Amino acid sequence: MDGLLPEILLSVFGTLVMVSDALTEESHKDWLGVISLVGIYSAVMAALISYVNRGTAFHGMILVDGYATFFRLLVFVIGFLTVLASFSYLKRDGLPQGEYYALILFSLAGQGLMAASSELIMIFLGLEISSISTYILAGFLRHDAKSNESALKYFFLGSFATAFLLYGVALIYGATGSTRLDAIRLAIEKGEAGGKLLAVATALMFVGFAFKVSAAPFQIWTPDVYQGAPSPVTAFLSTGPKAAAFAIFMRVFFTALPDSSEAWMWLLWISALLSMTIGNFAALMQTNIKRLLAYSSIAHAGYVLVAFASRTRIGAAAAMFYLAAYAFMNIGAFVVVSHYSSRGERYVAIDDYAGLGHRYPFLAALVTIYLLSLIGIPLTGGFFGKFYIFRAAVNADLIWLTVLGLLNSTVAAYYYLRILVVMYMQEPKESTPLDPLPAGIAATLVVSAAAVFYLGMFPGRVLEFATQAALFVPPR
Amino acid sequence: MAALLNVVLVIPLAGFLILLFLPRHDHGLIRVTALFFTLAAFAASLPLATAPATPGFQLETNFSWIDNPPIRYHIGIDGISLWLVLLVTFLMPISVLASWKHIETRVKEFFLFLLLLEVGMIGVFVALDLFLFYVFWEITLVPMYFLIGVWGHERRIYAAVKFFLYTMAGSVLMLAAILWLYNATGTFDFPRMQTLIANGPLTLGPAQELLLFLAFFIAFAIKVPLFPLHTWLPDAHVEAPTAGSILLAAVLLKMGAYGILRFCLTLFPQASRDLAPAVSILAIIGIIYGALVCLVQPNMKKLVAYSSVSHLGFVVLGIFSFTQLGADGAVYQMLNHGVSTGALFLLVGMMYERRHSLEISAYGGVATPAPVLATVFLITSLASAGLPMLNGFVGEFLVLQGTAEADFRYTVLAATGVILAAWYLLWLYQRVFLNETPQEVATHMSDLSGRELATIAALVVMMVWMACCPKFC
Repeated sequence: MDGLLPEILLSVFGTLVMVSDALTEESHKDWLGVISLVGIYSAVMAALISYVNRGTAFHGMILVDGYATFFRLLVFVIGFLTVLASFSYLKRDGLPQGEYYALILFSLAGQGLMAASSELIMIFLGLEISSISTYILAGFLRHDAKSNESALKYFFLGSFATAFLLYGVALIYGATGSTRLDAIRLAIEKGEAGGKLLAVATALMFVGFAFKVSAAPFQIWTPDVYQGAPSPVTAFLSTGPKAAAFAIFMRVFFTALPDSSEAWMWLLWISALLSMTIGNFAALMQTNIKRLLAYSSIAHAGYVLVAFASRTRIGAAAAMFYLAAYAFMNIGAFVVVSHYSSRGERYVAIDDYAGLGHRYPFLAALVTIYLLSLIGIPLTGGFFGKFYIFRAAVNADLIWLTVLGLLNSTVAAYYYLRILVVMYMQEPKESTPLDPLPAGIAATLVVSAAAVFYLGMFPGRVLEFATQAALFVPPR
Repeated sequence: MAALLNVVLVIPLAGFLILLFLPRHDHGLIRVTALFFTLAAFAASLPLATAPATPGFQLETNFSWIDNPPIRYHIGIDGISLWLVLLVTFLMPISVLASWKHIETRVKEFFLFLLLLEVGMIGVFVALDLFLFYVFWEITLVPMYFLIGVWGHERRIYAAVKFFLYTMAGSVLMLAAILWLYNATGTFDFPRMQTLIANGPLTLGPAQELLLFLAFFIAFAIKVPLFPLHTWLPDAHVEAPTAGSILLAAVLLKMGAYGILRFCLTLFPQASRDLAPAVSILAIIGIIYGALVCLVQPNMKKLVAYSSVSHLGFVVLGIFSFTQLGADGAVYQMLNHGVSTGALFLLVGMMYERRHSLEISAYGGVATPAPVLATVFLITSLASAGLPMLNGFVGEFLVLQGTAEADFRYTVLAATGVILAAWYLLWLYQRVFLNETPQEVATHMSDLSGRELATIAALVVMMVWMACCPKFC
């Protein structure tokens, strides 16, 4: 029972929000957000409680360990910050609050389930709960063509990718006679399964997961979906579901398929290099800040894949650390975009940011912090994330991937610097109006910046926890 | 005494934090605060010079910063870094004073970045943990990027981005090499790594050593800059505001030379010796090429920038001569160049504030309306050209003598650089300060104010003192 407590609470609160939505008057809708925050907070507490009583549940379908808890806490914190930042956005654009918060809570329940699953059907369930909620969220600007395009694309391509995954699951079951990750591994070790069927199954699952983490060559949907979705939703999409997808990606491949790791390592190797290169070079040409951040998000998925490809405990820990650091800097960046874009998301071109440094020094300073972290300048979380990733890669003798990845990060520096150039070194063309910073957004931004610095100056504790949590990764 | 080094590092940081909370419109208060903290750092750094001259690192502080991987806050100084730290703390108040009137927009941000830059620069010279070194190395990038990009001249954005990307491209390679070394040794600690490599527990194959050497060397060579990696330098120097140019030329370039001396030579001695001929030839090309470009340069600031390419060639040549004299000369030349080229940029900046032009053709006969300016400019030019009794001579002489021990052909070629330097600097002086005084020049070129004189006098005194008492190095 403890094992699923956070997800149960999130579902209960999600339903509560939906029901109260029907019963509250328009002027009191703010309370729905507060209920959601309480719900997420209680889920965080529940995740800690279930960590204290860690172990398996439901006949081994659920496994609560450090790894599950790390990702649960991460996605819940991401959800908390998203809700906090959405208060003023929803009111500004006159969007229905109840549905929005409920969908975020359901999506979080799905992601929490993904983090704690140790069985393929549960993983699939979690993935679908999370995905279906986010398909709707992406199209939440109902009267906006771009948002509709976003939702539709996300839904069609996402369903397609899930089908690949499901096909892989079916083949695995056919080959090994089980959907439990440890049982699959045992069957393979005993030599009961293997050969072509298993190879095809692995490849199919790889496609499904790679789509969900927006890794090349399955990244095509990312820029359109991220651009069209409401900005707070994009902040959420690019961090929460991505982190949860990486969680199951690594869990499945390390727990169930370590025997063939020599082979799938090359899939990761190629995908990592492609993601970094395509993401960074495409981002160079963007004029829309949401698209730019979308392409950068592909590149960052590539960095995480580098850590994954190293197939070691420190590699898995580095990937976890990076996903946490990336979450904070990216949420920060997207929340600024959502606030600055103004009603109807009018100001989303990079040039709209001209003179921000002069007119709103505080906001610009925060953006600078996130961008420096995305570049990977020391004393920010982004730097330590990259540092740990490439340390793991060097440790696993992936020297070429390291050098190419690091050179890639120089290319990335160029487009992030371009935003800084526009903000600080160009004069504004027209004075884009800006509302005063609402409390919810200010809190999100300050917390994100503080987290970026915390991870950049005192990364020890988080990395220590991640290293302990990555013990399930078999030693090579 | 060991705490002192930390104090020197913390004072500018404290200044940075205090400045953050000062009201942004009170420009006077901001300037005075910045000056106070840079002067305090200078005062605190002076006693460092009295540290006994024993081999090895001194005034070490060493405690754990991050447990896993073992990253330590390990700082300390030796005979090389001591003087470079003093160079930084000495030039910082001068840079603040040089920006006193010159910077009128976004004053608070300007001094914030200046103080942050000081922290980074001092940190680079005192860090004894490779990771810590890399952190400080990268941190200097950000404030300098903004100093050039926000307060620079017309093509500032191009110059700032070019500066950032060039340096970063080099330093990521260095990061890869640092990670490789950590993987092989299990430590980032520089003295320990040095012992491990010198005493044999870690043996590098020739190919490995060469690659690691190159990864470090390219990062440093971009910064020095060594021909043909110098192309960012003229842009950055010319477009930067005066304080930025001073610190770029005087300190940031030295970070590269210091890195070569500290890390490349000690960690990869064999590869350094093997590549010495190639590097020396590049250095000589830099010396002659830089000087020739100076001769045809119509822009004063660009001329001084290219003279840096030429002068830093001597530093690299001295280092790679592998002689005691050459190395001493290189270190001495680093300090000399910091003082004299810093002074040249300062003077060019003062002239720009008056005439709003950097073209040599916009001047002429400046000595008549501004005799004091003309005098200090002459002294500085002669120091930069290496006239005996001024500081430049000592460094260049030592380098050439050291090179002569290694290979006399290098000495002959490099010595042409000295002759060319006298030519382009004196010709510059002639065109700017002598001849007829056009009407516009006479109206605009007032002589130095008390503040300006005090700033430049400090540098001129250093030039003479460093020439007369070179024993202190």
